[in-house]
Amino acid sequence: MTKEEKKIYVNKKGLRLDGRKVDETRPIKIKAGVLENAKGSCYLEWGQNKVLVSVHGPNEVLPKHMSNPLRAIVKFNYRMAAFSVPDRKNPRPGRRDIEISKVCGEALEKAIFLEKYPNSQIEVWAQILDSNAGSRAAALTAASVALADAGIPMKDLVTAVAVGRIDGKIVLDLNKEEEDAPDAVDMPIALMSNSKEIVLLQMDGLFSKKEWEEAFELAAKGIEEIKKLQVKALKEQFEKTLAQELAEEKKTETKKEETSKKEEKDSKKDSEKEVKTEVH
Amino acid sequence: MQKDVLLEFRAEKVLNSLKESKRLDGRKPDEYRKIKIEKNLYQNAEGSAKVFLGKTEVIAGVKFILGAPYPDSPDEGTISVGMELLPLASPFFETGPPSSEAIELSRIVDRGIRESKAVDFKKLCIKEAEHVFIGFVDMYAVNHDGNLADAASIAAIAALNEAKMPKVEDGKIVKDEFSGKLKLKRKPLMSTFAKIGNALIVDPDLTEETAMQARFSVATTEDNFISAFQKGLPGSIKKDDVDLAIDTAFKAAKEIRKLI
Repeated sequence: MTKEEKKIYVNKKGLRLDGRKVDETRPIKIKAGVLENAKGSCYLEWGQNKVLVSVHGPNEVLPKHMSNPLRAIVKFNYRMAAFSVPDRKNPRPGRRDIEISKVCGEALEKAIFLEKYPNSQIEVWAQILDSNAGSRAAALTAASVALADAGIPMKDLVTAVAVGRIDGKIVLDLNKEEEDAPDAVDMPIALMSNSKEIVLLQMDGLFSKKEWEEAFELAAKGIEEIKKLQVKALKEQFEKTLAQELAEEKKTETKKEETSKKEEKDSKKDSEKEVKTEVH
Repeated sequence: MQKDVLLEFRAEKVLNSLKESKRLDGRKPDEYRKIKIEKNLYQNAEGSAKVFLGKTEVIAGVKFILGAPYPDSPDEGTISVGMELLPLASPFFETGPPSSEAIELSRIVDRGIRESKAVDFKKLCIKEAEHVFIGFVDMYAVNHDGNLADAASIAAIAALNEAKMPKVEDGKIVKDEFSGKLKLKRKPLMSTFAKIGNALIVDPDLTEETAMQARFSVATTEDNFISAFQKGLPGSIKKDDVDLAIDTAFKAAKEIRKLI
């Protein structure tokens, strides 16, 4: 116990246990368009967190009585794989999964032009494959990319991150070891960064008002950086599909050209024949 | 959940009236409805409380059982807080497994109390690594007229504040004998706000809840800490809203704490 209390979470150089600075996230990798059978999808790695998100719809709402004649509804499903946590998790969604699904879905609803799709549902499935604190931020950040990949019109991307306090210091993106610190406070937050609108905000622990303000600043800054990665992933996917489409177009065009050349040749031959026959 | 057509019409009225900064029942934006707390109503419970928030009514009861501690904290007991939305409280509540709304509600109240370290878990230890107290705060919504979250948070703290600790002999609870009262380290209380148009109002009633785009809860303690945040519903809030909510929550909780 005394050993743990002596753990230095942020050293004199301002570096954390894993060598990060206080305002640094773990390495984040985002790839859009990874699933064949989904309308939109995203694979995201955030430190040890790994999450796969698919988007389906807009489709007809099932069960029907849940449909809204004025707008689409978002069904967000946050699910953890049984092997994604140190002690095997019962794969049945628990109370935590249901709550996270609810708040993440609501966070995305603000960003989507739902009124374009009355009576329909947009389904998001976020499967956590590996976790190490911050999985809901990872799931929500990935879901927003998957929605854009599905071509669903949105006002802005939703970007999430967790901020918190360890050892009296406000830090960005806590990992599990930091989250277990004796005085740790964890605050997941998601913004639509263009308008700085808060679409998700949760916190438990003991925070002063000053700490909240500092945490918000840090989160907003972090979110700007993460958003760049979301945009980059979408651009890469877009360029890839564009290149594919262009290549296919080219193929069909060259085919067309070939066939038309052939036709020309054939018609020339035909006309020559015709001329010949005429001469005869 | 069923929809009440009349409520939807009244929601529009709420919105229009708030555009002129007026609430339909004449309250100020930072004003709670009348709060009434009744204590120790049920003899089988170690502590209990009934809270009225205007017409909203929530009952909380505390029971202690003996259990084994978690392996990573052998000298600590624990507390579990749950809330059930009884169908008798509202035509909107149905029987069957709890809805996601009910789960969210009960988890907010649970975390608000546990993570704020309101109860010293070390004091719930009877014998290290063998026996600890596990406290259950079970709550029932009896009448739903909006803002169940705050009513529940007050009820849970009030019930815990009244709770007596059962006497333990030879690793068993002795019936009807107590070893003193449970002492709370702090009394975190939650204040819930509704964002309607550009207005942010505390303690929304049922009509106001129908009109709200976003809901935001802040729990505060008497030693100037914020102990929980939770934003809900598809609307968004701004940082200024959060700042205003924090200030209002501190003021409101100070007054409510006097009643507990």
